[in-house]
Amino acid sequence: MRWWLPDAGSTFAGPIDTMFLAILILTGIALVLVEVGVVTFVIRYRARPGRKAFYTHGSTRAEVIWTAIPAVTMVALGLVSNHYWVLIKDKKSVPPNAYHIGVHAKQFEWQITYPGPDGKLGTSDDFTVRNQLHVPVNEPVAAELSSEDVIHSFFVPEWRLKQDAVPGMHIIAWFQATKTGEFELGCAELCGMGHYKMRARVFVHTPEEFKAWLTQQAAAQGAGGGGSE
Amino acid sequence: MTSVAHKTAETHDAHHAPMSFWRKYIFSTDHKIIGIQFLFVSLFFLLVGGLLAMQIRWQLGFPGKPMPGGGILPESMAAGGVILPEYYVQLVSMHGTFMVFFAIMPLLVGVYANFLIPLKLGAHDMAFPRINMASFWLALLAGLIMTTSFFVPNGPIRSGWTNYAPLAARPDLSGVTVGQMLWCVSIVVLGLSSVMGSLNYITTVINHRAPGMTWFRMPLSVWALFITAILGVLALPVLQGAAIMLLFDNVLGTHFFDPVAGGQALLWQHLFWFFGHPEVYILILPAMGMVSDIIANGSRKPIFGYHSMVFAIIGIAFLGWIVWGHHMFMSGMNPTLGSTFMVSTLLIAVPSAVKVFNWLGTMWRGNLHLHVPMLNAIGFVSMFTIGGLSGIFMAATPVDIPIHDTQFIVAHIHYVLFGGSLFALFAAIPYWYPKMFGRMMHEGIGKLHFWLTFIFYNLTFFPMHIIGMGGQMRRIYDPTVYDFLKPQQPLNVFISYAAFALFTVQALFVFNFLWSLKFGKKAPQNPWNDNGMEWSLPNPAPHGNWERTPNVYRGPYEFSSPEAGDKDFLPQFVKLPTDRDPVPAPVPAAGH
Repeated sequence: MRWWLPDAGSTFAGPIDTMFLAILILTGIALVLVEVGVVTFVIRYRARPGRKAFYTHGSTRAEVIWTAIPAVTMVALGLVSNHYWVLIKDKKSVPPNAYHIGVHAKQFEWQITYPGPDGKLGTSDDFTVRNQLHVPVNEPVAAELSSEDVIHSFFVPEWRLKQDAVPGMHIIAWFQATKTGEFELGCAELCGMGHYKMRARVFVHTPEEFKAWLTQQAAAQGAGGGGSE
Repeated sequence: MTSVAHKTAETHDAHHAPMSFWRKYIFSTDHKIIGIQFLFVSLFFLLVGGLLAMQIRWQLGFPGKPMPGGGILPESMAAGGVILPEYYVQLVSMHGTFMVFFAIMPLLVGVYANFLIPLKLGAHDMAFPRINMASFWLALLAGLIMTTSFFVPNGPIRSGWTNYAPLAARPDLSGVTVGQMLWCVSIVVLGLSSVMGSLNYITTVINHRAPGMTWFRMPLSVWALFITAILGVLALPVLQGAAIMLLFDNVLGTHFFDPVAGGQALLWQHLFWFFGHPEVYILILPAMGMVSDIIANGSRKPIFGYHSMVFAIIGIAFLGWIVWGHHMFMSGMNPTLGSTFMVSTLLIAVPSAVKVFNWLGTMWRGNLHLHVPMLNAIGFVSMFTIGGLSGIFMAATPVDIPIHDTQFIVAHIHYVLFGGSLFALFAAIPYWYPKMFGRMMHEGIGKLHFWLTFIFYNLTFFPMHIIGMGGQMRRIYDPTVYDFLKPQQPLNVFISYAAFALFTVQALFVFNFLWSLKFGKKAPQNPWNDNGMEWSLPNPAPHGNWERTPNVYRGPYEFSSPEAGDKDFLPQFVKLPTDRDPVPAPVPAAGH
């Protein structure tokens, strides 16, 4: 049983997890303040015969304080959030040296297209693998997301990456995996009755392994074999 | 002038003539009866929504196992009692639809805007009683249309209560035909009902306040319901328009939302959430308003910072219009737009925080009477706080990435809508029950119901945050399909048991509600020693409310005022020797 976010598997996980923790601490403080206040007041000011409540309509000073503190906190949080948001999602943030792959979603599978030996996506030597995502570790990868039919969402929990694949749109989601091994890619947007089984296996390889896998797949494709499970 | 007044009095009397059962209870134009009609119908739909939730929890806790009692479902829904994937998706879709549109919204607005606005303003009825009646019957019709979709070929919608296109726009992709059309038609009818109701509430608040009921003497419940009505009248038509377009996509092949023929998938989301986020505040503002009234009463203190509470309601309602994009952070919408929506979303936390602190300020140095409405109101404050704070995780866009569309957001919305809205209703229902039925609900059963609900509610929904952090996506039929979700399956089982217990203890509420109708203690005229105008009337209040339009002498929260003498409350309708009668506003001739 896990009580925290999944293990970190990409460069995004560091800042996102730190922010998560920071917000947890901030909201935790606010929550404890409110709940301790509620419980204390319920015990301390419980009705007793002969006692009268303190007649007041409020205090401008108190209200200014508890308006200003959340306002300042929220603005600060917004500034920090925006920095990382731009880094992760903005089109201009996609590293120019990123390795581009095509991720095409359809009810209920993922079709991953890799550039062939020429290293370029969209040429005749590309090959497509169904429900298997292979990427090299420690290298920026740009997934070019598209959809055949309805909206799906590309979600790899360890990478802290989620991005909808929308029919009629071409969306680039980039990431850099930091851990080798096998993970899972799930669909996070309800896409029909088979939504729950729209799952692909994710393999993060060392650069050498990845190169070997690419060569082997490209050869199999050239020989007329389909590279799929 | 005298003759006009005389004539008015006559028509007024005619109103009070004994009426047949049908005119009095079924085709009633009395705002109180309409409120009670809404109460019974929406409590029924709340039960239906709860039953759907139980089936969802069965499947998530015990995927693939035959559901107890599942044998009565047709093979197309549960084969041999085992819930099928298509039925599971229908369950989540219809649970959301019923709870949002036919349970919580009518319970808060249909019931309490109707019941409370005229009573609390010192008005004889709504501005347009017949439109009010039509509003109820249209809401019921919409509910029946929605229910019918369970009994048509291929069943109800399978695209979530949000009906994201193109899934919802293409019968060939969703597998739903008639059910999708019925959803659209039902929503259009419901929208009509809401708009009629809202126009009525707005007009009544503006025009029908008793002499002396100035804007800033209105109770916060009325302020909240008034602002909610403005949200309703502006938001529902957007949803209606979108639903009509979706209907056309399904029936006529217009492809508004399907890029295959020039449509745009995200257009639906923009339209839906432009309605949908104000809708969230439609579902919480009335709860906040009623809780404010009840906390002031239970604390025997004036509400802390009345004016800032009013401005917070207005602020939330205004900001509520410019935050819809936070539902779409992962949608492929321009990330710069995402930044804008993040800022507005974070800002809306400020008025919400002000409200929570002001409720605490109200309780501070009070003389707390922990009656059942007060207990549930305090439950509201502490649970809504969790729902509000968990929203900050999702508002901060980078943090939203891993938790978007997971169980974390399911936890969040239930902390707001159950911990918030429903606890407020568990406060409001017993509080105004004597005004509706002349009897009190049972205090002991009410307290037991509160504590058991509070415990099982938290055991059900709090762990959802954790499985959401673990990555469990929303609306998946079987979490054990994913290796990374398998380790947390025991927590899913735990949540399911807690949910079953939560549902079961609601029997206490149902029993208390029905039993007290006949056997509850007879209510004294002002059972909660409250200040509201409604408590100057007998319980239940007669048709037409007051024989003579009452005068209002002060604000609604004069608890423990030094002027009150040996009592700790000073109602709005009580005239002290120092009070002067308010100058009556020019009343339009009522005989029209």
